[in-house]
Amino acid sequence: MKTLTFSQALNSGLRAAMEHDDKVVLMGEDIGKLGGVFRITDGLQKDFGAHRVIDTPLAESGIVGTAIGLAFRGYRPVVEIQFDGFVYPAFDQIVSQLAKMHFRSRGNVKLPVTIRIPFGGGIGSPEHHSESPEAYFAHTAGLRVVSPSNPEDAYWMLQQAIADDDPVIFLEPKRRYHQRGDVDLDQVPEEGSLYKAKIVRPGSDLTLIAYGPLVKTALDAATAAEDEGIDIEVIDLRSIEPVDFETLGASVRKTGRVVITHEAGKFAGIGAELAASLTERCFDHLDHAPVRVTGFDIPYPPAKLENHHLPDLDRILDGVDRAMRRTGTQLGEDG
Amino acid sequence: MPTVSNTFDAQAPDGPERYLQVIGPDGSRTPCPELDDWVQDVDTRVLGDLYVDMACIRRLDQEGTALQRQGELGLWAPLLGQEAAQIGSGRALDRNDFIFPSYREHGVAYCRGVNPHDLLRMWRGAAPSGWNPYEVNMANQQIVIGAQTLHAAGYGMGLKLDGSTSAVITYFGDGATSQGDVNEAMVFAASYQAPVLFFCQNNHWAISEPVTRQTTGYIADRAKGFGLATWRVDGNDVVAVLAATRAALAHVRSGTGPAFIEAVTYRMGAHTTADDPTRYRDALELEEWAAKDPLDRIAAHLDSLGADLEALKLRASAAADALAAGLREAITTMPDPSVDDLFAHVYSHGHSWLEGQREEYRLYLDSFAADAEVSR
Repeated sequence: MKTLTFSQALNSGLRAAMEHDDKVVLMGEDIGKLGGVFRITDGLQKDFGAHRVIDTPLAESGIVGTAIGLAFRGYRPVVEIQFDGFVYPAFDQIVSQLAKMHFRSRGNVKLPVTIRIPFGGGIGSPEHHSESPEAYFAHTAGLRVVSPSNPEDAYWMLQQAIADDDPVIFLEPKRRYHQRGDVDLDQVPEEGSLYKAKIVRPGSDLTLIAYGPLVKTALDAATAAEDEGIDIEVIDLRSIEPVDFETLGASVRKTGRVVITHEAGKFAGIGAELAASLTERCFDHLDHAPVRVTGFDIPYPPAKLENHHLPDLDRILDGVDRAMRRTGTQLGEDG
Repeated sequence: MPTVSNTFDAQAPDGPERYLQVIGPDGSRTPCPELDDWVQDVDTRVLGDLYVDMACIRRLDQEGTALQRQGELGLWAPLLGQEAAQIGSGRALDRNDFIFPSYREHGVAYCRGVNPHDLLRMWRGAAPSGWNPYEVNMANQQIVIGAQTLHAAGYGMGLKLDGSTSAVITYFGDGATSQGDVNEAMVFAASYQAPVLFFCQNNHWAISEPVTRQTTGYIADRAKGFGLATWRVDGNDVVAVLAATRAALAHVRSGTGPAFIEAVTYRMGAHTTADDPTRYRDALELEEWAAKDPLDRIAAHLDSLGADLEALKLRASAAADALAAGLREAITTMPDPSVDDLFAHVYSHGHSWLEGQREEYRLYLDSFAADAEVSR
């Protein structure tokens, strides 16, 4: 057991993956000498060489497109997109090429490419540095989308994503990069567990689902709700695509109430899918319609306003109140 | 004072076309110091083989168009006019060189030995692609314009990491050179000195848009700006294309960086069977290019060498007939895909959501069978 920050855990995960398989190569802008703008690849070029930690030209479509070519040749590229808002120039290569090549080639070409994207807000950055693009990727067949919420998951989920033969969009909650936590370096997770949700706090009154940056906020909300006598079960989704509906459904059938929270906008977001699918699966067990507590459907706001946009403990508790039919705002009941 | 146009119609470069040529449209052999050394082995026999190859893919193209008209194929992208560009380059490659094509390189696939079944499967709509890329060292057809050039650049980076002596070639058209991906691919390939040969078939038309809408100068000159070694060749001269491709491959194999060939050719047919070129191009232009036909000039050249043309044409038509028969047979024996193929290969291993959908749909379909059982 080791105590690591989220970013150290990612760095260690990359190192372990590169030691395990010499076909693993890292690609991205400024990831070599600089170690990445968030220093996630710190020291790796020095230890593994510039042929395995590849500083790329400044061209996102080029980075993903050439990673596809490398994977075609048998490599296992791990791509760093510098910031969430810069992934869009690579969107075509991700959704039309990376996602579809296995299907297009009828299973002959595997593209084990991992695309790491520091995502989400809360760090006071300018435009294009705080986006939550997960729904775009989750909607694209052929991609898998995951997001760790703590250092231990960061360490293991990254290695599992790299070892996966399918392309994985790996979303790193950048505002948690400095969060510390225990990492068990020896307890190898069982196969397939990358796509399993985790009950991170058991409870009986309500299921609160979060992923990535909001898992910590959700846990804080659950602790606060305890004082009001509400026993919340918090689930860390971990895998956004595919969703582990088995774990989610069992929890919702137990509690009868569900609140879903994410930073991305509400409309056609991941929360919409979770709410609809859980309603289809658990309708007879629900005591209230699923409630979503999300970012607004606006371009990511300037830093001085982001605290209004991002779901915080109070807004989540307000959602909990609505799901519990206690007082709470009446959002979403105007249509 | 020069006239300033108030439209955005770009002008072609002034003066006659400048490109390397070995055999002129009338079949005459012209000295070409840049290319001659690369085709010293091209004797009457090799010329005859190249002619047969071109006759075969011309027939392949005719059959593709006919099969589409008969409703057997959903779509077809004709290559008529581009036989020399595809055979000349395709025959210059080693078996281990890898190809990233667009959707029009039927002739290159033919050089690779892709069988008719596999060649037609995508166009028939029976599968998203036809062949296993690793069996023929050729990726499946790419439909997004220029996207494959980046895959080639990445593959080339991989070749370099592996210390391989093989090369990678990627095919695209003049329209693709406007795409960001093609430009990014040249940046990556040059930056890492990857063994990538960019092969542009400038066939003058991107559906209805002339090449002058993509560039105001020579496309090959643009590649020079990226630091690529470039060749601009007569794309209807199969010997010149063969020579240039051999030269460019030798360059990329030497480890000194990528290369670019602009093969100046002409798409004589439609972009695909879905468009009507009479709406956008002049019949005179077609006539002009018909006079530069790649097969006719080899025949004329062989004639000037005193070869037995009649025997050659008989050999060519026999080979083309056999290929056509194979294509017809492929269509009649190609099974329709099964419902299982709908869900197959989206992921390389289990995916809970998709497995649920597959199971749901299976139950739904089974319900009809159960109903039929009851009503019997």
